[in-house]
Amino acid sequence: MAKTLFDKIWEAHRIADLGDGAALIAIDRVLLHERTGGVALQSLESAGYSVLAPERAFATMDHVVDTRPGRTDETLMPTGKNFIVATREAAKKAGITMFDIGDPRQGIVHIISPEQGIIQPGSTLVCPDSHTCSQGALGGLAWGIGSSEAEHALATGTLRIQKPGTMRITVSGQLSRGVTAKDLALYILEQIGAAGSRGLVVEYAGTAIAALDVDQRLTLCNMATELGAFTAIIAPDDTTFAYLEGRPFSPQGALWTQAVEAGRDLSSDDDACFDREWSMDASDVAPMITWGTSPQQAMRLGAPVPRTGDSPRDTAEAVVRALDYMGLKPEQEIVGLKIDAAFIGSCTNSRVSDLRRVAEILRGKHVAPHVRAICVPGSSQVRIAAEAEGLHQVFLDAGFEWREAGCSMCFYAGGESFGPQERVISSTNRNFESRQGPGTRTHLASPETVAASAIAGRIVSPAHGEPSS
Amino acid sequence: MTPFTTCTAVAAPLLRDNVDTDAIIPSREIKSVGKTGLEDGLFAGWRYTEIGGREPDPGFILNQAAYRDAQFLLSGTNFGCGSSREHAAWALAEYGFRAVVAPSFNPIFQGNCVRNGIVPVVQAADVVAQLADEAPEPMTIDLVACEVRAASGATWSFEIGEEARHMLLEGLDAIALTLLRRAEIDAFLADDRRRRPWIYPGANG
Ligand code: SF4
Repeated sequence: MAKTLFDKIWEAHRIADLGDGAALIAIDRVLLHERTGGVALQSLESAGYSVLAPERAFATMDHVVDTRPGRTDETLMPTGKNFIVATREAAKKAGITMFDIGDPRQGIVHIISPEQGIIQPGSTLVCPDSHTCSQGALGGLAWGIGSSEAEHALATGTLRIQKPGTMRITVSGQLSRGVTAKDLALYILEQIGAAGSRGLVVEYAGTAIAALDVDQRLTLCNMATELGAFTAIIAPDDTTFAYLEGRPFSPQGALWTQAVEAGRDLSSDDDACFDREWSMDASDVAPMITWGTSPQQAMRLGAPVPRTGDSPRDTAEAVVRALDYMGLKPEQEIVGLKIDAAFIGSCTNSRVSDLRRVAEILRGKHVAPHVRAICVPGSSQVRIAAEAEGLHQVFLDAGFEWREAGCSMCFYAGGESFGPQERVISSTNRNFESRQGPGTRTHLASPETVAASAIAGRIVSPAHGEPSS
Repeated sequence: MTPFTTCTAVAAPLLRDNVDTDAIIPSREIKSVGKTGLEDGLFAGWRYTEIGGREPDPGFILNQAAYRDAQFLLSGTNFGCGSSREHAAWALAEYGFRAVVAPSFNPIFQGNCVRNGIVPVVQAADVVAQLADEAPEPMTIDLVACEVRAASGATWSFEIGEEARHMLLEGLDAIALTLLRRAEIDAFLADDRRRRPWIYPGANG
């Protein structure tokens, strides 16, 4: 029978059937971060279990850790240091590789895993974090789990899971110039909604996907959790292998050759059946922005916000509530709206390629005087590479803060945040109420749109920020 | 975990629909890294007279003398909805609850209950109402026979997944249950190391 890419990975990892569609699945990699990892390791130990394969588990400091220059274990979040210390100690005890503060490999878990070659095509990888789906961009099955499941995966090297259904999203054609994977992710959210892939493994396919580089694929897969998906995956190809070859944790020598050979078989059979199919043309996508408090409340940059009752997926009540929170009126223009802050960072858009494109826009310019602008590289590797190219100087000269790597103000955990009613344009993935600070109003957009808007001091199209030629 | 076979105890009626995980344990009450220290935060928004305070609100069911030692909770539909934070189940277990009886549960929360030794018992709303009427007379939950027995003697059966029942009866957490298959897992790994050596660090390249 014809199989999907997901079926092939599932079958290669199935240890036993548990009945009713559930199976015991082998887990190749477990990733942890200090916000949830320390709890899992501690409670595992107190229950008397040990980590089955510490050499296949990794931990990093990203969520709670401070990102201001010269950081230590101290955080602005009142109890933050406890998370850092607990995770460090527990990881050490368990013999898990830790990318600690000061380690050049430290960074946001979903950025460093591809960067270090931890995620591999055809592998299974779990992490107690919902954006683990990002890593499917490298052709592995990577998904977010809960705390107990993380303990289970660590102790047994397996998970007991219900087999999810599948969905293929085919993107044909090519993205237009100036349109990014972030715009594509927001466009898909607008089209199929925040429950559009609920519980399903989404395989992204089609010519437009094949044309994306790995960084852009990571951005696209990152937001699959915003679609309610179990995870996302893209079949590995030459782009994938070229990216992973020679990375620190990638297989080397003859093993690499073997891995690539096996990886070439990892694609859905031509006549494979998916539980759902959805297709679109990449040329329909334009630069996008969110207007509300759910990532599905997105629209083409330049369109007016909806009238109440006129949004295809939200009830009139939800639209009223979202507009009220965002300080917007029905049918108001988004372009031209004054912003208070601009944020470049997060596991969605903070890789060095993102920073290069942003620096092109910022070069020789300065952010508007009333705008607080912050750039947080996704990993220490990204920061080091950017500094080697002198990108940090471009950011600093333009009036951006230049930070240490971490999640930073992608989410508010009780420490640093943007202010109430502050309007922030952000390269992140969630615009929920109070996500970036109590009462903060977040507009999600591509890094290009964020940069151009930071300079203008109001929301503008990224074309605005194009370097004059 | 303590095995659950048959338990006779007081049931506290909290007959509201859609009791969400934030009501069970407000996020401001989650202060520590671990799974413990959550007992005092359980239902904090309802249990105390003010937010963040510790002055018991006498109107709240768990603050009434007859329900001090309640080990069962009776509630409305969709119990445990909202964020999937497992702290909700941890808080209930730490407080001493051994079962929740409700017409329906949020599926993630229901799984979290089983993992933490709490029996999620599904009963129709009118049955829950009758059990509430008889409270605080102790009722019985019998997981061996899958029955709920009111103080009056009225008896209803309930359904629970075989694996969940097994875990609760034996006091097994999911890890212990899986480790019963340790030989199978080891055999798989030995075989897989031959099939996909590049996945296993330390293999020779
Ligand atoms: S950057 Fe934001 S979305 Fe990504 S892992 Fe960190 S907190 Fe989560």
